[in-house]
Amino acid sequence: MSVTADQRELRDDALNGLQLSTRLDSLWRTPSGFLGALMSVDHKVVGRRYIVTAFVFLLLGGVLAILMRIQLAGPEQTFLSPDKYNQIFTMHGSTMMFLFAVPVMEAFAVYLVPLMVGTRNIAFPRLNAFSYWMFLFGGCFLWISFALNVGPDVGWFAYVPLSSLQYTPTKRPDVWAQMITFTEVAALAVAVEIVVTVFKLRAPGMTLDRIPLFVWAMLVTAFLVMFAMPSIMVASTSLILDRLVNTRFYDSSSGGHPLLWQHLFWFFGHPEVYIIFIPGTGMVSAILATFARRPVVGYPVVILSLIATGFLSFGLWVHHMFVTGLPQLGAGLFTASSMLIAVPSGLQIFCWLATLWDGRPVYRTPLLFVIGFIVIFVMGGLSGVMVASVPIDTQVHDTYFVVAHFHYVLIGGAIFPLIGAVYYWFPKITGRMLGERLGRWNFWLAFVGFNIAFFPMHILGLIGMPRRVYTYTADMDWAHLNLLSSGGALIFALSFALLLVNVIRSLRSGALAGDNPWDASTLEWATSSPPPPQNFDRIPVVKHREPLWLDGESLPVAAGLSVDRREVLLTSLAEAEPQTREASPEPSIWPLLTALATTVFFIGSIFTPWAVLWGTPPMAVALIGWFWPAGSREDEE
Amino acid sequence: MRQTIVRNVGDLPTYGYGPRSGPWWGAMGFMALEGMGFAIAIGAYLYLYAVNSSWPIGASPPDLWPGTAEVVIYLLSIIPNEFTNRAAHRQDLPKVRVGLIVMSLIGIVLLVLRGFEFAHLNTRWDNSAYGSIVWLILGLHTTHLATDLGDTVVLTVLMFTRHAKPRRFSDVTDNVFYWNFVVLAWLPLYALLDWVPRL
Repeated sequence: MSVTADQRELRDDALNGLQLSTRLDSLWRTPSGFLGALMSVDHKVVGRRYIVTAFVFLLLGGVLAILMRIQLAGPEQTFLSPDKYNQIFTMHGSTMMFLFAVPVMEAFAVYLVPLMVGTRNIAFPRLNAFSYWMFLFGGCFLWISFALNVGPDVGWFAYVPLSSLQYTPTKRPDVWAQMITFTEVAALAVAVEIVVTVFKLRAPGMTLDRIPLFVWAMLVTAFLVMFAMPSIMVASTSLILDRLVNTRFYDSSSGGHPLLWQHLFWFFGHPEVYIIFIPGTGMVSAILATFARRPVVGYPVVILSLIATGFLSFGLWVHHMFVTGLPQLGAGLFTASSMLIAVPSGLQIFCWLATLWDGRPVYRTPLLFVIGFIVIFVMGGLSGVMVASVPIDTQVHDTYFVVAHFHYVLIGGAIFPLIGAVYYWFPKITGRMLGERLGRWNFWLAFVGFNIAFFPMHILGLIGMPRRVYTYTADMDWAHLNLLSSGGALIFALSFALLLVNVIRSLRSGALAGDNPWDASTLEWATSSPPPPQNFDRIPVVKHREPLWLDGESLPVAAGLSVDRREVLLTSLAEAEPQTREASPEPSIWPLLTALATTVFFIGSIFTPWAVLWGTPPMAVALIGWFWPAGSREDEE
Repeated sequence: MRQTIVRNVGDLPTYGYGPRSGPWWGAMGFMALEGMGFAIAIGAYLYLYAVNSSWPIGASPPDLWPGTAEVVIYLLSIIPNEFTNRAAHRQDLPKVRVGLIVMSLIGIVLLVLRGFEFAHLNTRWDNSAYGSIVWLILGLHTTHLATDLGDTVVLTVLMFTRHAKPRRFSDVTDNVFYWNFVVLAWLPLYALLDWVPRL
């Protein structure tokens, strides 16, 4: 049934220009002061925090990588002890995967998706704020534990029985397992927000075949998160239960099975790779279209490839377990599916190459990073097809060949597009341009440094250097390649230092960007840089796939939303026809308090199962506070 | 950038029911990921079942009566749940209040029964992998049930306050929708926990 709105409320069609902007600005603005900052539910504020925090974790994880490369630069070095090395490679992997790669992609989505679909805020803004606090507390918990010498040391994969109580009787694996729970809660929350934002908050007229490719990529990613991450949550929960209350999931003497851990972990772990990579492809599509000066060739092909990649990513996990003695039929099936996933990825690559071929490319820094991505990712993909084969995998398993492969696909497939995306969207987020000259230096140092660092690892793996060793003897003939690799790693690290310098310089004195400095086609460029709290004074109406290229100087918009209360426009799933004007939540301290209560619950439960009992009431109180409608304008009438 | 107003959305309602509402899609999202969690847990159970020559390990199967009683109550609960749903669509506040109170009481009864079910599993969580996975799955669904009960109780209280605005009826229908998922989730879990050990 339908209920018509109260006619007394003021609508945006009653105001114009500066009057409307001012009114909406005050309505949607985050409250001032320290407390106000803690209450923010603006997707741009939360997204910025997410991005900055994730990059801080990248910096920390990168420092650990350099420490490892210093240790491995020569044979029989004593720069790091074996125990410290174990902690450092565990922290490096855990930080990069759980605290940087996945969160940073979701962070960009949190910031950009609402702008790109033409709405005023993300769906469930309080959940969004909660998710950030959970991510922050989980990350801090891991790193504080590391600083206090109780950080994990069983690898980012925490294989049992090494991570069981019998072999690691310290609290280190508990810290790891609980950090997983923190970050998964955060990631799952964002995934639901993204799905609902894309399904229901799109601008009128933004039909399914007009959604920007970056948004499509984030939608597929969100579904991957929703269907992959429950597996790691079940896995980490059962691991911590084995360690804390003597359950027997992985204890083979009581009917448990260590391989169950690997199945659960990799059922999440392989889609995880695509959770990191698919957003990168979305970034590539956005950047390519803008700098090739034409829409991406094969828009439907790219979308179908994204969806196919998402589906296939769930059929690969066993290729991580080829040497565990699985039945040959299973190994054959997973070899086929592992090779098959190269097809949709390849289709996208050809679409991008065709876009460049048929366009008029402008080689600015973002496009350089995209081209770097194509080169490096294709190389990583080729070694991926190699290790998809059981005979080859059997030979190179647990060697540096695998380390080289996954750094090629993860850094090539995600970091290069991501840095391109930083250069591309920095003007929108900050209102200032990043320096182009520094950007080019940044790219070439990254590209050259990366290849010098990681290409020799292929050879090291083929000549037998195992992963996860803290040193090697001089007679192994691995020293020269390791030294080369370490040198490359330093150059690669220097490229990130340049990026940091560029960001700081630009924030202080960068050229003003204007609304649309790249003459891009999507809706985030239709508003000012940085965007105002309300994103858009009036909600855009979409008539084309590239609205800013085809609508000329005048953007079609919809009027009629309230300016008395925060309101977002909901539209239908397929055709994006307007359906309702729903209230959007006001700023609130409760998401932070809920996250704090949850943190006490999670950390307490590492030390005593009773924390589950005494930790629950504060969480319940915080949740009731969160959902209770006190303070809502509609409820105060 | 200049703007041209091409349509007016001022006459649209301020809330909707079912797929027209944002929270309904949020509930769908959480159902998807929780459903996946249950599926993964079921997969883990079946994996352990497959790799062990005897099942259950060192224990007799769970007593049937608590789980079976729950199945009956869950299935019967669909009737008052649907009553609440229809009353909410009609915006009939007195009947919605009655429906929510009944659903809250059903949730409490089921939680009490769940306590009996834990007591009648005939195994402890630390006896064997069988005990561990059974306790884990039941624990997951109990959390699921308890959180939904909490949600229902809060909503019930809300409907007795000045916050019982028209759009809250949409929240009630979302709560009804979610309860159906709680019911649906329990049926395969019941078959798994109570009948697979008897195969």
